[in-house]
Amino acid sequence: MNEGDGLTMRDRTAIVGVGATPYYKRGESVPQLPMELAAKALLAACADAGLDVHDVDGFALYSMGFDTSLFAQWLGIDVRFAGMLTGGGGGAAGSVGLAAAAIVSGQADCVASIMTLQQAASRFGASYAPRGKPGATYSAPPSPEGSFIQPSGLMGPGQMFAVLAQRHMHRYGTTREHFAEVAISTRNNAIRRPTALMQKPLTLDEYFDARMIADPLCLFDFCLECDGAVAVITMSAERACDCAQPPVYVAASANGGAGKWGQAITWFGMPDEYFASSGHRTVAADAYRMADIGPADVDVALLYDHFSPMVIMQLEDYGFCPIGEGGRFVADGNIRWPTGSLPVNTHGGNLSEAYIIGMTHVKEAVEQLRGTAVNQVEGAEVALVTGGPASIPVSNLVLHR
Amino acid sequence: MQGVPPADVIRLMPNVWTEPFWRATAEHRMVVPRCTACGTFRLPPTPFCPSCASQDLEWVEHDGRGTIYSFTVIRHAVIPDVLDALPLIAAVVELPGTGGCRLVGNVVGVAPEEVRISQEVTVDWYDVREGETVPVFRLA
Repeated sequence: MNEGDGLTMRDRTAIVGVGATPYYKRGESVPQLPMELAAKALLAACADAGLDVHDVDGFALYSMGFDTSLFAQWLGIDVRFAGMLTGGGGGAAGSVGLAAAAIVSGQADCVASIMTLQQAASRFGASYAPRGKPGATYSAPPSPEGSFIQPSGLMGPGQMFAVLAQRHMHRYGTTREHFAEVAISTRNNAIRRPTALMQKPLTLDEYFDARMIADPLCLFDFCLECDGAVAVITMSAERACDCAQPPVYVAASANGGAGKWGQAITWFGMPDEYFASSGHRTVAADAYRMADIGPADVDVALLYDHFSPMVIMQLEDYGFCPIGEGGRFVADGNIRWPTGSLPVNTHGGNLSEAYIIGMTHVKEAVEQLRGTAVNQVEGAEVALVTGGPASIPVSNLVLHR
Repeated sequence: MQGVPPADVIRLMPNVWTEPFWRATAEHRMVVPRCTACGTFRLPPTPFCPSCASQDLEWVEHDGRGTIYSFTVIRHAVIPDVLDALPLIAAVVELPGTGGCRLVGNVVGVAPEEVRISQEVTVDWYDVREGETVPVFRLA
């Protein structure tokens, strides 16, 4: 028995339904409203679970979410729980953990985790550009902390993660070929899926011919810019058995991070042993302890891939290889489906299927554990899902069938 | 100045804790806050020492010499206003003698291909507008 076992939420809840809208290139979901996309995804998840939308009684959101009052009003939902993880894309997987926590604590019975995204009038790629400038349509307001970063011209997340990637290369000998392997293996998975926006294979030559965006990152190291919505419904393990699909149990979920990670890419003050990392080491330990498993028990990993080097750093931080060995781990073919020791992002990820701030990863994990994935990992029992390497909280989710 | 973003995309927003830093840069001086209780430096300046939670600090002059800890070369304009300034070298510079404090600034006066981690740099000053100056760095 682990200390604190009496308080664990391990296996007490299950994902009963997943649903999504089509995935669109940035701006192409117009004239649908962003929250309309969310509702469509939720209705699809309810249909998947065999539930009526009025069975839903809670919302567990992240990355600033949306207006649950108007959403409940639209759909006539009586709400018993409306919570949100702070921060941004780091909370993706953890939003399901928040749903599980609400259920285990008795606050709600049927909780939806939803992300909706429409980048028609806003681009996350200019998140830290000065407001009011052409192109700076989704900008954080100026801040005392940002004043120490933004004057250098660092205005987008990819430029900032490039600084971490550069340090990883310097410290551990990671190469652009390693980043390319992440991009190419992910693309190979995407092209087998009709839902994926990228449908052509990516060659190593094409990777190296691509324009550099922020050294050492080129175009193909960046995720897609998309519109769309994904919804995931969680219920108690008992009630899950009455739903239409086989339950996918929540073994663990952790969110948070070390204070020395903090704001991470909008700080750059992380200690050296933490700088070239994904920020996930503390939540990885928490999740493995809660689930009572280790990395060797994971059959498929859905790792948030906004930028290809961050997949490599997560492989290290989750213990699939030693710290600093992530580049060589991917170069050895370990993350390839179906032949690798740990297939990663079998759905095509944020890089090549669609970027819905990480919720496509949860959906894929559920399909893998139901045995219905397009790129099925044979006999998959345990899936790890992560939220984005980002400022605190980062998060994860361990699911099993 | 070459190698920096145009002034009108730079927005400084000091608060009561960071204002002494920016007041010094406007005078082309670098100062770093140090906790008077435990001696820990911190950047950016924040209300509490991350080691001992004291709010007492002193401002220590720094000679502006540092080493490149990491960097990127910005080659794509995320907003059109920076297009003419590209490429920009944005570096994280570690300041010796501060327990690992770092500043972020452009490395100027050098081709991107010549920049490496661990190179020594020295501070220079980009006067953005009257009363507002940000640190930039040149290879030492």
